[in-house]
Amino acid sequence: MPTVIFQLPDGTERKVTAASGTVLMQAAVSNGVQGIVAECGGNASCATCHVYVDADRSELVGGPNDVEDEMLDFTAAERRPTSRLSCQVELSDALDGLVVHVPEEQV
Amino acid sequence: MSTGTTRTAGVVVVGGGQAGFSVASTLRACGYDGPVTVFAAEPHLPYQRPPLSKKAHTEPDELRVSLVPESFYAERDIELRLGDDVVALDPAARTVRTRAGRRVPYAHLVLATGARNRPLPVPGADLAGVHALRSLDDALAVGRALATARDVVVVGGGFIGLELAQVARARGARVTVVELADRLLSRAVSPQLQEHLRQRHEESGVRVLTGTAVQRIEGTDRVRQVVTSAGILPADLVVYGIGAVPRDELARDAGLAVDDGVLVDEQLRSVTDPRVSAVGDCARHPHPHAVGPVRLESVQNATDQGALVGRRLAGQPARYENLPWFWSDQGAVKLQIAGLRAPSDEVRLVPGDTPGRLAAYAFRDGRLVAVETLDWPAEHLAARRLLERRTPVLADELTGTTLGGLARARRAAEVRA
Ligand SMILES: Cc1cc2nc3c(=O)[nH]c(=O)nc-3n(C[C@H](O)[C@H](O)[C@H](O)COP(=O)(O)OP(=O)(O)OC[C@H]3O[C@@H](n4cnc5c(N)ncnc54)[C@H](O)[C@@H]3O)c2cc1C
Ligand code: FES
Repeated sequence: MPTVIFQLPDGTERKVTAASGTVLMQAAVSNGVQGIVAECGGNASCATCHVYVDADRSELVGGPNDVEDEMLDFTAAERRPTSRLSCQVELSDALDGLVVHVPEEQV
Repeated sequence: MSTGTTRTAGVVVVGGGQAGFSVASTLRACGYDGPVTVFAAEPHLPYQRPPLSKKAHTEPDELRVSLVPESFYAERDIELRLGDDVVALDPAARTVRTRAGRRVPYAHLVLATGARNRPLPVPGADLAGVHALRSLDDALAVGRALATARDVVVVGGGFIGLELAQVARARGARVTVVELADRLLSRAVSPQLQEHLRQRHEESGVRVLTGTAVQRIEGTDRVRQVVTSAGILPADLVVYGIGAVPRDELARDAGLAVDDGVLVDEQLRSVTDPRVSAVGDCARHPHPHAVGPVRLESVQNATDQGALVGRRLAGQPARYENLPWFWSDQGAVKLQIAGLRAPSDEVRLVPGDTPGRLAAYAFRDGRLVAVETLDWPAEHLAARRLLERRTPVLADELTGTTLGGLARARRAAEVRA
């Protein structure tokens, strides 16, 4: 079971463990991680589950899919090279220890 | 907390749905440290309703609808009273009375009671196999019925009916949607989009009967057929979604002003009593984008109104002016709406950059006021960004470009400036 660390805008950290195959957004929401709003429940329609993947793992996580890529242009917080919609990132054992940063705003 | 001492009165929220949850969580996020109590009639942790009509449900866990885990409430000292409903308000004494007869005092009361389905007013609507769809328990019952249903009749061609029709289709049933009006989603989306939606549903094998009235439902032990103005339809499952009415009777009985929803001001306070607020499906409120007071049934409205009241009670008052937006996933079709369209607005249909994508821009006096999109989330998000800004979008600016294009161009100009 991979563990993911969410770094919140106020500097605090939340460590969350989830089964392989869970999407990152779901891991955050079911553990009550603040700042992952996920209004559309993971259907790639709202862009309120935006995260910045930590630079060292960014390559392993991979880039956005086509629809996600377009949507990332309109997130509430600025888009960065490592921006992803967390509902489109599937967790696997290879991602154990992943660090992601939660942006200041989602809506 | 010690027993025997009464805690000082704090915020009492009636209704543990999307809006009630938003009030309570925002209060704590904004540092409010008085007592917060949420009365929730249903036995489940506060949950989201949208998945109920969009997924094939059989197990509550598969739906994963809870907004947050149970520990969230304890960690924030939010007293969540599940299965405990409020049966009366006493605004003069500032108390509520619960079903068990308990009287609970409040400093401020928030009504977040939501809406209930309009009942289907035909003979046979009480037969086994006929379901409404609003609660988690409804969805689980429909999910179980879908496991064996072969002929499904959906009464009502609105959002919930069309979403459920696709769920039933995906589970292999024959599905007919019966709609009284001449078009699907007749009030909710522009006429230009209604035809496209109908086509998409028919392509997926759903039969659509518009301009058709359900007259009665027949069967002995359980539903067997539906008699309509266009003939008899065999049915082993009937699901209806013909609109909802606000649950505003507590307010009305307590003498608060009500008119198809609890009447509130621009800060979402009852127009009769400033110590009472109403949020979500049960509230009728003024909105800068609307002509008269509106009552909106959407997650965005419930969440944002709850947050506004939570912030206000924590000392940060504001007017409610959030841009309304909505989505509906109907099988493979993703419909999204930003802004409020009025029937008199002028609508321009714009094809997307890939097949299947479509946008409808609605203009009032030459300014963009609302945007409906099919399968085009990026355009929807661009619409939200542009409509939220105070700088208007003029019809002329949208010749030969999309909202996405315009949003990018404006941002680039801002960066240069
Ligand atoms: C099947 C379905 C699908 C939907 N899909 C979408 C969608 O795709 N997109 C979208 O934007 N919106 C959708 N909606 C609408 C959205 O879910 C509602 O607008 C939203 O839930 C409203 O939130 P609320 O808190 O006002 O009411 P609710 O979420 O309905 O919560 C109100 C709660 O108050 C409780 N209650 C009522 N009276 C009392 C009392 N006296 N004491 C204690 N508790 C009480 C009720 O039991 C209920 O749980 C959907 C709705 C349904 C039913
Ligand atoms: S949860 Fe809506 S886009 Fe990810």
